[in-house]
Order: sequence, then structure tokens, then C-alpha cells
Amino acid sequence: MRGHDKGVKMSEVRYEAPATASAAVALLAGASGPARVLAGGSDLLIQMRPRLHGPQHDVQLLVDLKGIAELTALTEEKGGYRIGAAMACMALVENAAFIKMWPGVTDAVKLIGSIQIKGRASVGGNVCNASPAADSVPALIAAGAVASVLGPAGRRDIAVEDIAAAPGKNILAKGEIVTSFLLPKRAPRSGDAYLRFTPRTEMDIAVVGVAVNLTLDDKGVCSAARIGLGAVAERVLLVPSAAATLIGTKVDEAALTKLAAAISAACRPIDDKRGTIAFRTKVAGVLARRAALIALARAQGGH
Amino acid sequence: MAKHHVMTTINGNATEFLCETRQTMLDVLRDELHMTGTKEGCGSGDCGACSVTVDGRLVCACLMLGVEAGGKTIRTIEGMAEGGHLHVLQRKFLEHAALQCGICTPGFLVAARSLLEGNPDPTDEEVRYWLAGNLCRCTGYQKIIEAVQDAAREMRGA
Repeated sequence: MRGHDKGVKMSEVRYEAPATASAAVALLAGASGPARVLAGGSDLLIQMRPRLHGPQHDVQLLVDLKGIAELTALTEEKGGYRIGAAMACMALVENAAFIKMWPGVTDAVKLIGSIQIKGRASVGGNVCNASPAADSVPALIAAGAVASVLGPAGRRDIAVEDIAAAPGKNILAKGEIVTSFLLPKRAPRSGDAYLRFTPRTEMDIAVVGVAVNLTLDDKGVCSAARIGLGAVAERVLLVPSAAATLIGTKVDEAALTKLAAAISAACRPIDDKRGTIAFRTKVAGVLARRAALIALARAQGGH
Repeated sequence: MAKHHVMTTINGNATEFLCETRQTMLDVLRDELHMTGTKEGCGSGDCGACSVTVDGRLVCACLMLGVEAGGKTIRTIEGMAEGGHLHVLQRKFLEHAALQCGICTPGFLVAARSLLEGNPDPTDEEVRYWLAGNLCRCTGYQKIIEAVQDAAREMRGA
């Protein structure tokens, strides 16, 4: 691997490409040194680059998950979709039936990096790397996505909003891997949307990201809603207080005003070169309004 | 540690090489196979100069390990011209002066071919979004977009 700081001593790395998820878990659980899973690698390979300054990610074992069928498949399940955690984002957003059911999740995944990055990067990586600004995560949280996690103690389900703990840190135990995400069956008159603010329209990192997923009853009243909020806290947030402003309304102007206020109240961002606290807090409310209107239109469009 | 023995297909040719785990596909192409058409710009997936396709998917060779190439079908810039005949995209890049220093050009050509194989009649906007992962610091992009669209027209027989 090329590095700007050549001459840095690097440990040798063992590479394994198991054929089953249980074999991957056994390798990771049995590792004596630092071990990492390799899905798309678009974050990991950069972290592994040799450098003289900054944190050095020492890795002695790489477990490549892309040879495992259940981790790279997109399958219909219980009227919804199960997304393999290591499948390439491009493969997901090229699936016409998935796009129709989850246009907001699709929009979010499409915003991850370039075409080249999406050719490798996985939804599982986007979630497990635990960036507060990860684009797919607010949309997955709004969708009610549940991760299936396999570890030495067996399998467990974890809601996507519970996976990240802090920037770059997730709650998975040693030997645990996310194998897939289940997106539930859609009720009639449901729609989702994701919007982010970035200075550029492509190849940028969210300053704020908001996803809205809502369902209307047969009178056009919002009967269920979930809202994911990114890049304004140490992890992506599920915001039930914001969802509550929509439920029982026709997503009208009064509801949208309350929504924006609830979203801004949920923000606890940092100041950095990409956005100030005041800017992020304001823009989050604006994006929530706009995303809610897109989700509403999609719900009214009926699919 | 023993090196990995990797058997793969590059530009239609069965190819084998030895590599260490840390070597990227870009390292392997350039340093082991001496296929230097694929360029290194940033080494972090931001510039697209190392664009290749793997099983038909456009990727950055700097963000893929060489060992991951086993059993895959890889296409690089070296496979674009057929003998002495330039690919339409290559010819149009020359005609439109869609390059200056040339470092980004192999990546743009590989990425543009990948676009047109899936979408033979893209809008300018679609071309710009598809090529957003390829950086050019010389041309200002307009000539690149024009070259791609002119090539697309010729490839469609229009």
C-alpha cells in the first residue's frame, strides 16, 4: 500500500475470505491481535495506510466478507427487503423494485461518495463505521431497519439507531458482524425521503442530513412517522419527538412548523469548518420540512 | 508471510501475480504487472485517476486489495484501444482537446466507457454526476463532457 510517509514499519496482515458468516465470526472471535472485517474497504483501506503522524490502525487480520452469499444478497422477505451488509451500494440502487419501495433510502445511498466508491462501499460499512454524517443511516433509521448480527454467542437483532455509540465506534462485541438489514413491509400510503446539506452536490460529507418516513391513513392523516437526523450529534439520532409533531396531522403548515422546531431542539452539533452550531441547528429544521413534504408526496402517490 | 498467489483476468487475458495483503490493486497493476496506464492521484478514492472495472463495476483500484482480484474480470485503460485502433472515446478526447496534462485521462476514459455501456444516451447532467468522482485540474470539464457526448452520439450511430 502506497503511503505519503514511506518507510513506516508495517505489520504483516493475514487475509481470509471465508465462505460462511459463521466461519467469519470464528476467525474474528479467535483473533489474538487486531482484526477488521473487510466489506467494500473504502474506509478501511484508507485507515490502514501507513503514516507517521496521526492514529495508526494496526491490523493483523482482515476477514473479507464479500465471498459470503448472505452478506452480498438483496432478498425479499416478509413483504420487505433484506439487504446483505456487504453488498455494493451500486447493486442496491440499481434494483428497480427496491427503489420503488424505498425511494428515500435509495436517495441516501446514492449520495455515498462517487460511482467508484459506491461500486465497492457497502451499507453495512456505512452503518458500522459509525460516522455521525453517514448518509444511509438516517434513512435506514427512519425506515425502521433492523440489523441482524451474528456473533460467537449466536444471532441477535439490533435496531440501526442502536449500533453507533460515538464517532467511529459501534456497540458490536468482539467477533460480532452485521450480516444484513431488514427493511419492513410498507403499509399502503407510505413514503420516505432523505435530504442533506452540503456545499457541493456530489462528493461531499453531510453538514446536516434528515430522513423522514411516514404513513397516511385513508383520510390523508399521518398515522405513523419515523425521523432520522444525521451530522448534528455524536451519532445519527432517531427523533420520536419530531415524529410526534406529524402523527395525527395532514402534514400541513402548522405541523411542519412544529416539526422544524422539534428537529432543531434535538440537535446537539459541534462547530467545525463545515458548519457552525447555529447553522446546523437552523438548517436541520429546514431540511426536515422539505423532506417531510417529499415523503408526503410519495405517500400520496401511493405505492 | 508467504505472498498471495492470485489468478485473475485482466483485459481478457488470464493473469497471475504474487502480492502481499497490503498491496492495493493499483500497486499490483503498476508495480507488479507494469501496467502503468492506471494512474495514482490521491490514493484515497477521491480523484478517480485509478478507475478500473471489476466484474463490470467501476471502482478505484487504490481502494481494492490485489488479493481481492482472484477470480474477477478486470478491465483497465490498456484494454481500451483494439490494436492500433483507438476507442471512440479516446479519439473524441483527442478531437475535443479534452485533456491537458493527461494524468486524469485514463480514469475519465474508463469511467466514461462504464457510463455509456449502461446508459448510451445520457443527459449532460447524467454525465457530470457519473464523472463527479473523476477530478481534472486542467480542462475545467466542459471539453470532457463534450467529448463524452460526441462519443456517445457516434456509438449510437446517430
